[in-house]
Amino acid sequence: MPIVVYVQKDGTETRVDVPEGTSVMLGAVQNDIGGIEAECGGCCSCATCHVYVDEAFAARLPPPEEIEGELLSGVAAERRPTSRLSCQLAVTAALDGLVVHMPDTQY
Amino acid sequence: MPDGLVVVGGSYAAVQIAASARERGFDGPIRLVGEEEEPPYQRPPLSKGFLTGKTTAAMLPLRAEAFYRNAAIDLVLGTRVTAVDRIDRVVTMADGRHLRYDRLALALGARPRPLPVPGAGLDGVLALRTLADAERLRAVAAQAGEVVVVGGGFIGLEVASALVGPGRAVTVVEAQDRLLARALPPAVSEFLAGVHRARGVRLALRTGVRSIDGTGGRVRSVTLDDGRTLGADLVVVGIGAVPNAEIAQACGLPCDDGILVDRFATTADPAIVAAGDCTRHPNVHAGRPLRLESVQNALDQARAAAGSAMGTPTPHDAVPWFWSDQYEVKLQMAGLSQGADRSALRGSADQGRFSLFHFRDGRLIAVDSVNRPADHMAARRLLAAGRPLTAEQAADESIDLKLLIGS
Repeated sequence: MPIVVYVQKDGTETRVDVPEGTSVMLGAVQNDIGGIEAECGGCCSCATCHVYVDEAFAARLPPPEEIEGELLSGVAAERRPTSRLSCQLAVTAALDGLVVHMPDTQY
Repeated sequence: MPDGLVVVGGSYAAVQIAASARERGFDGPIRLVGEEEEPPYQRPPLSKGFLTGKTTAAMLPLRAEAFYRNAAIDLVLGTRVTAVDRIDRVVTMADGRHLRYDRLALALGARPRPLPVPGAGLDGVLALRTLADAERLRAVAAQAGEVVVVGGGFIGLEVASALVGPGRAVTVVEAQDRLLARALPPAVSEFLAGVHRARGVRLALRTGVRSIDGTGGRVRSVTLDDGRTLGADLVVVGIGAVPNAEIAQACGLPCDDGILVDRFATTADPAIVAAGDCTRHPNVHAGRPLRLESVQNALDQARAAAGSAMGTPTPHDAVPWFWSDQYEVKLQMAGLSQGADRSALRGSADQGRFSLFHFRDGRLIAVDSVNRPADHMAARRLLAAGRPLTAEQAADESIDLKLLIGS
């Protein structure tokens, strides 16, 4: 099962197995990893599951669809080129070891 | 506080009150008493992805089991609270057990408003609130060829969008002359009506249901006030919700279509807070008391409730926002549009991407967006910051709304 590494603001890393096809957001919720709120539950309505994808992986992800791109314009923390909504990132074998960093805030 | 916090309820507000109390450093016992058997789960997908199969039950829990363990939140599930004794600070549960509390939080939710017509109790006439409701609905829908949805509100339209398809006809019956008449302006209602009709949903507007008829205890048809009869092997009733305020009322807390709370989510009893669908609060944006049924309101009000329960009150004055997904249409609403005296269109309804900006006395009060998430996100910021915006600016797509927010 692919591993996703969640990095908190204070640098704490949590490595968890996330089944293929599961979103990075759901992987966090199901493993009690803080920093991702996901108020809308992953239907791409709220922009509270914002993460920064580690540079090494950013280019390996499919680009955001239009809706995600628009929501990213409204994230509470700084938007960076590596900003993504984790509810829209499906884990795959090719993304094994994916590292995501939590933003300062989701609100 | 040796007896700690008792939270009655098992959904968004209940979980958030417990979580926020811990975040604020509360280290006493927290017990969350929920009526349903399942650990707290998301409700919005039940009328959307859960019916189409896109969302599975495994995706629904609000929090992992580890969350409750790590936060020392004791889940008491499948248990109904029947009474609150405010003098001795103790709640009584249906199984006869008692729980003492120092602080009590009521997050009792709401229940579907029953349809008051003959035949509403037949098999195959269903409402939707809980996971159990959704599982039953999905099972009946799998065998159903003719579905009648009573109520053209969010739940009804989401269910219609999830169920209509080859081999399954869906009719939405709505008493008003347009869909979502209470929540949305006519232009959005009209747009949505067009989308639903294009997908094959039949709309019966300006008519109510006179009776539901069946054979052998099972629904077979629905007779409308206008005399028409529609064949039906599934009827979904989505005509609003009633707050679960009975135990609050019974223990003497003031209620009026919901438990009355102040801006800080405190009831008339300083030891008792309340949040979510079951409450009515003085809303700073509307300038009047409101009962809001939404995930956002449940969460934000719950944070305020936890603050009040822990002696660190913060007001509940977040900008209300809502969402609904129907087919590929993403509907997002920020603010409260009731009382608007002017609206400005941004984008184009013909292209299925537009927002309506609503103003009252020259001030922006709400924005309804159809497939325009960037407008929605900007609107929430503009409303929260109280930034001035004119109708002309709102309609001018060459103006980047983000730049008006400031910092």
